[in-house]
Amino acid sequence: MSIENSIAGNAVLRFLVRDWGRRSVIGIPYLFLILLASVPFLVVLKISVSETDGIRFQDLMSYADGMIQLKIKLSNYIFLGTDSLYIQTYWSSIKFASLNTIICLLIGYPFAYFMARSPANIRPALLMLVSLPFWTSYLLRVYAWKGLLDDHGVFNNILIWLHVIDDPIKMMHTGFSMTVGMVYAYLPFMILPLYANLVKMDLRLIEAAKDLGATPWQTFWLVTVPLSKNGIIAGAMLVFIPSMGEYVIPELLGGPGTLMIGRVLWDEFFSNNDWAMASAVAVTMVGLILVPLAIFNKYQADSGGVRGI
Amino acid sequence: MASEAGFVRIDHLTKRFDEVAAVDDVSIDIRKGEIFALLGSSGCGKSTLLRMLAGFETPTVGNVYLDGASISNMPPYERPINMMFQSYALFPHLTVWQNVAFGLERDRMPKDKIAERVEAMLNIVQLKPYAKRKPHQLSGGQQQRVALARCLAKSPKLLLLDEPLGALDRKLREQTQFELVNIIKKVGVTCVMVTHDQEEAMIMADRIAVMQEGRFLQVGRPGEIYETPNCVFVADFIGEVNLFKGTVETDQADHVVIGTPECSHFVSHGITGTLGMQVSIALRPEKICLQEIEPTIDQRESAAEHGHNCASGTIEGVAYFGKFTVFHVRLDSGMLIKASRENTARHEDKQLVRGQRVFAWWDGSDVVVLTS
Repeated sequence: MSIENSIAGNAVLRFLVRDWGRRSVIGIPYLFLILLASVPFLVVLKISVSETDGIRFQDLMSYADGMIQLKIKLSNYIFLGTDSLYIQTYWSSIKFASLNTIICLLIGYPFAYFMARSPANIRPALLMLVSLPFWTSYLLRVYAWKGLLDDHGVFNNILIWLHVIDDPIKMMHTGFSMTVGMVYAYLPFMILPLYANLVKMDLRLIEAAKDLGATPWQTFWLVTVPLSKNGIIAGAMLVFIPSMGEYVIPELLGGPGTLMIGRVLWDEFFSNNDWAMASAVAVTMVGLILVPLAIFNKYQADSGGVRGI
Repeated sequence: MASEAGFVRIDHLTKRFDEVAAVDDVSIDIRKGEIFALLGSSGCGKSTLLRMLAGFETPTVGNVYLDGASISNMPPYERPINMMFQSYALFPHLTVWQNVAFGLERDRMPKDKIAERVEAMLNIVQLKPYAKRKPHQLSGGQQQRVALARCLAKSPKLLLLDEPLGALDRKLREQTQFELVNIIKKVGVTCVMVTHDQEEAMIMADRIAVMQEGRFLQVGRPGEIYETPNCVFVADFIGEVNLFKGTVETDQADHVVIGTPECSHFVSHGITGTLGMQVSIALRPEKICLQEIEPTIDQRESAAEHGHNCASGTIEGVAYFGKFTVFHVRLDSGMLIKASRENTARHEDKQLVRGQRVFAWWDGSDVVVLTS
């Protein structure tokens, strides 16, 4: 071995050994993301564009007779883009997810505001109350709404007993029941980031606004809301993204009018057994969420600096 | 229309938090156009008093009148008062221009009038080229000027400054002090400022109120407060001071003699006290002369002082500050005093050094007798 080689070898070795502690700590989440997010996504992506002989998926690239062949099957995506069922389902998913996000924001903002402005010694108790539902299984909590909203459920029974109505109102398996369930399930994800943002806000800015002649209402819209922009964005993301792909709530509380993409995915995978189509649906959904997110993030990074003092 | 003298009238103002009085029965009249400083260490109630003027705290007892009208029950956003906050509290999501315009827009001023006013304000603080920047893109000194422009934009009747220069470094602070006073005087606004920095108060204010435990100990012009403090706390708080403790031995209308372990003090003015009373004597370091030989009778202000106001000791430390030197002198009684001497000549022909025996002496008119 020449001296040059051994020096180069040492350098590589030193590079690997240097800060190995820090590297391994940061490496765990990287490894986690690569193994459990990137690799599965690539597998799904591959399935969505590969040809099948009925049993096995073909390789994308093949070599025969001195030719490299790259076969990418786009028919699933073309079908997705032309079939009205899928388009409607995506549209309905976006609609319900947006509605859910807006309602969560409208309910969650006052909630978080109240928590952040309450005396510091009772804040931990309020925070615990917000996270208390997590102590029970998500599935059970969604099921419980069935008992409340059913034709012979608690709400209808009370209303009939009070003689407000004679016949039960149809609430279950409608857009209403599903929205109630979604808002209920996702509200904490809106409240928590908003609270974290609002509780950090420099209250002198609020005082400064009042000092300069802004009424409490103006102060709220001109100072508090713009300064909590990052909290609103974080909360909206945490609600919107998972509710796009929500499966359990549409399944349990939704009805024929509330078809969502999660449900279609399930059907493609397990009823139709059409993995390629299911994968295409999944990839499209990721694209629908990721693309606006990436654009938004870039815009955020460009405008920068609006992070409060 | 109220008289010029009582433009801002603070009338028996008290603020209690859980039965602890942060501000305790304070009354003061502030003249129109005056810069009035509230000076005290942290927790003395000066900020609470300022916040009551701004309307962020409601007084427990008492009233505040501005230009003859009571403002005690007005919410902050209706008061013709603007405040410059300690850390400036500039809106981070708005540009410099928008920050300055914020208050004007709340008054529903027409757009062209706002633009005119904002421009004028930015000109005063010399920040016009920075109008489109966000606060975080400015230096500390620039942020301070934006804050000033913002609270002057509405032409308030009363301007409140909370530690106006606290966030600036020393060099910049000295520059800004004068600049700030010039702007305030040019605009002609009445101003109440809060500070813990006695130098800042002395440089900027027309009158100073020294506060302790929610009360005014002394109110006066900077010179009055420095030269004739009315109690030990004020003497000690403002500048450096040597405090001698003793008893009144001679009590005449035109002079008193006070005996202390260090020496006998001849004070060339009468005091309101009685023979045998315990008093403190305050003597500023710059009033003390140090020399190697005992002062002669010719050096004295009056012959009567000869034999008084002089103590011998040993120099224990010499601190050279450039424009002046501070000597620590251990008197024969054991007391340590500070004496300062201005370095007017480049080379003192007779340098005093550590370990040297000296006589420290002063004039009877330079001491202040404190009975409390």
